[in-house]
Amino acid sequence: MDFLTLIQVLDSTVRMATPLLLACLAGLFSERAGIFDIGLEGKMLMAAFFSAAVAAVTGNVWLGLLAGIGSSMLLSGLHGLASITFRGNQLISGVALNFLASGLTVLIAESWFQQGGRTPSLFTKGRFNGIELPFAIGPSEAEAADRPLSELIKEANVIQQLYSELISGHSILVYVAVLAVPLTWWILFRTRFGLRLRAVGENPAAVDTAGVSVRGLRFAAIGIAGVLCGIAGAYLATGLQAGFVKEMTSGRGYIALAALIFAKWRPWHALGACLLFGLLQAVALRFQSIQLGGVSIPVQVMDALPYILTVVILAGFVGKAIPPRAGGQPYVKER
Amino acid sequence: MTAPAIELKGISKAFGPVQANKDISISVEPGTIHGIIGENGAGKSTLMSILYGFYKADKGEIWIKGTRTEIPDSLAAISAGIGMVFQHFKLVENFTVLENIVLGAEDSGLLMPSLSRARKELKELEEEYELYVDPDKRIDEIGVGMQQRVEILKALYRKAEILILDEPTGVLTPAEADQLFRILDRLRSEGKTIILITHKLREIMEYTDTVSVMRRGQMTATVKTAESSPEQLAELMVGRKVLLRVDKVPATPGKPILEIEKLSVVDSAGVQRVKDIDLTVRAGEILGIAGVAGNGQSELLEVLGGMREGTGAIRINGQPLPLSGAGSDARSRRHDGIAHVPEDRQREGLIMDFHAWENVGFGYHREPEYQKGLFLDNAALRADTAAKMEKFDVRPPNPWLAAKSFSGGNQQKIVVAREIERNPDLLLIGQPTRGVDIGAIEFIHQQIMALRDQGKAILLVSVELEEILSLSDRVAVMFDGKIMGERPADQTDEKELGLLMAGVAGEAA
Repeated sequence: MDFLTLIQVLDSTVRMATPLLLACLAGLFSERAGIFDIGLEGKMLMAAFFSAAVAAVTGNVWLGLLAGIGSSMLLSGLHGLASITFRGNQLISGVALNFLASGLTVLIAESWFQQGGRTPSLFTKGRFNGIELPFAIGPSEAEAADRPLSELIKEANVIQQLYSELISGHSILVYVAVLAVPLTWWILFRTRFGLRLRAVGENPAAVDTAGVSVRGLRFAAIGIAGVLCGIAGAYLATGLQAGFVKEMTSGRGYIALAALIFAKWRPWHALGACLLFGLLQAVALRFQSIQLGGVSIPVQVMDALPYILTVVILAGFVGKAIPPRAGGQPYVKER
Repeated sequence: MTAPAIELKGISKAFGPVQANKDISISVEPGTIHGIIGENGAGKSTLMSILYGFYKADKGEIWIKGTRTEIPDSLAAISAGIGMVFQHFKLVENFTVLENIVLGAEDSGLLMPSLSRARKELKELEEEYELYVDPDKRIDEIGVGMQQRVEILKALYRKAEILILDEPTGVLTPAEADQLFRILDRLRSEGKTIILITHKLREIMEYTDTVSVMRRGQMTATVKTAESSPEQLAELMVGRKVLLRVDKVPATPGKPILEIEKLSVVDSAGVQRVKDIDLTVRAGEILGIAGVAGNGQSELLEVLGGMREGTGAIRINGQPLPLSGAGSDARSRRHDGIAHVPEDRQREGLIMDFHAWENVGFGYHREPEYQKGLFLDNAALRADTAAKMEKFDVRPPNPWLAAKSFSGGNQQKIVVAREIERNPDLLLIGQPTRGVDIGAIEFIHQQIMALRDQGKAILLVSVELEEILSLSDRVAVMFDGKIMGERPADQTDEKELGLLMAGVAGEAA
């Protein structure tokens, strides 16, 4: 494997990690506030569909993004209604959301577009396209030199290659996801809201007796989770791919949850964990068949690799992950 | 005359058909410690919850410093100058002391300025009231005594003028309790008003200026503490004369019934809870195990009762019993003549949703008298339950009621009846009177004494020193899984035991 291939795998890692990271941070906000959110998957899926659908109809990807965020927040609101207001079981509510999203997206897609549960493919304006950072070698340079981009990249020096392939050329949502990490950290550990949010996930009674609304905080947390899942879903359908296909989240919500546990509910660690899972997915994508000592490993094994490793990592390498103490428990006022 | 710091006028609160508070009026002078005493379920907690904005009173008025005040939520209570120290602390365990203090009382959206201002103010508070804590320690790194100080500091930081403490000494060692009362004394001399809710007569007598007694949702009396007596208060609480001391004839210990040698218990987290202990309990004596909760007493009871595995050796009547594997379960233990009244009756002693008669059968459901062919003889079990309820004065004596519908005292009577009536050689009994009202305490203590006088061996675990001292013939103190010392009950006192409980080894332990 030469250096350029490595860079390309890493580049693909960043793309694959982006939806995971956004969903993981969504889960982080939610679970730090004591609300288990197994419905990350459903929210992403819903957002993926609505962003693609609206982008396809209007031709405006930003409207698509808004629609995605809106639909995801709607599901968050349902989750909040069930698990905060009516103190239902958070896991069941989350699972219900996943089923709802899985069925509803295909149903609406079929009814609107009649393309077998897909949305029409999105073209330039309907997608988030790569942003070329200054001084990067991109399509415009290739056009100016009238040579294929790959040749130009091959000729450039290592730093140019890294910069142009790995750092530059991603859609804006990728940069948003990366910036969301320090922002999340700052909110959690440097603001009043963050202090209260963490407190409500550990001991809501402490927050309540201090005169702060437990409900308000928890709704705020799942609201933020809704926004982040919305962006994650929109990225899937309008950034990573060009349109919605059935079940396109393919378990990313659950992998994000795994990454969250692996990161022990800490933002910077979440970045690391998501990059690791992203790398696994990128490797699986890139090397569809590998020859290992004369035995060729089938594609399916490679495809399953990220999921297998998720299990292995969670079972063996997490160590003692202590979740927020009040996680999963509806708050009932009592003395 | 200055206005009362706090005045309640005709407060009533009902939960469905249960009248938790009925027309309650009190008036507390500023700069005093006012005690509120009453049995469990007397309505003390409900009253305080109304004061702190958790519940809304159906009727009645709250006046603070001469102005009528509505308290719809905790925030209103805080801004009215009321601070509450709950029985179960409301602290975030993995936050620092400082973070816990500012939580909910931050100055602005950003945390740092709030924290640094709080740090300064905390220092002043600490000096003013001699309440020292390390602001940068995490809550789970400090002991319960310190945690309680944090709760008090939280209230003071919010400029509380009235401090309510709900059963504050339940989790403290005697030394920590003394410290707490020194702090309260100090707060009183600075002009703060303190409301002390407790069921311990001693604390009321020693530290309060005035005391209100509650019974069944009503305020039965408010008296000056100096002009009352423990006997009078107990009578007001229960509504009849109560024997505060257990009548105890000197024990006549016989042969050893339970012998424990080098017993150790390691819990599922790998922490050693019981460390190499040796104990003997003889026929006709009560061995009391004193200690602050969480020092291995629970695990000791559980391993003896067959609910947990251990290493070492135990013998009953000279017969060794296995500590792990076959024959070490609770069923075998019962068969070997050990009865067990577990510490937490609601979790381990009873199934709260099941009928009383089902609960009386548990653990003994294989006894021949409850069998009818292949099936349980439910009728026999019910008849037996009715008889036991009669004998132990369980009220109401209805085998068909669910365990949860009985009061704490009556629940405990059901468990005690089930275990004692099997005529065991050894009775293990944990926290026999936790959450039990005075009347039932008296009854349960008499039953334990009667069992001893029949020549049975009794191992008593309790965090209530008073109970240990009044029931036991010998007292062993556990600290950090070890026996710190053993004393004849009539040759020791709370002070000496308190030191042992805090881990200070006595001479010739």
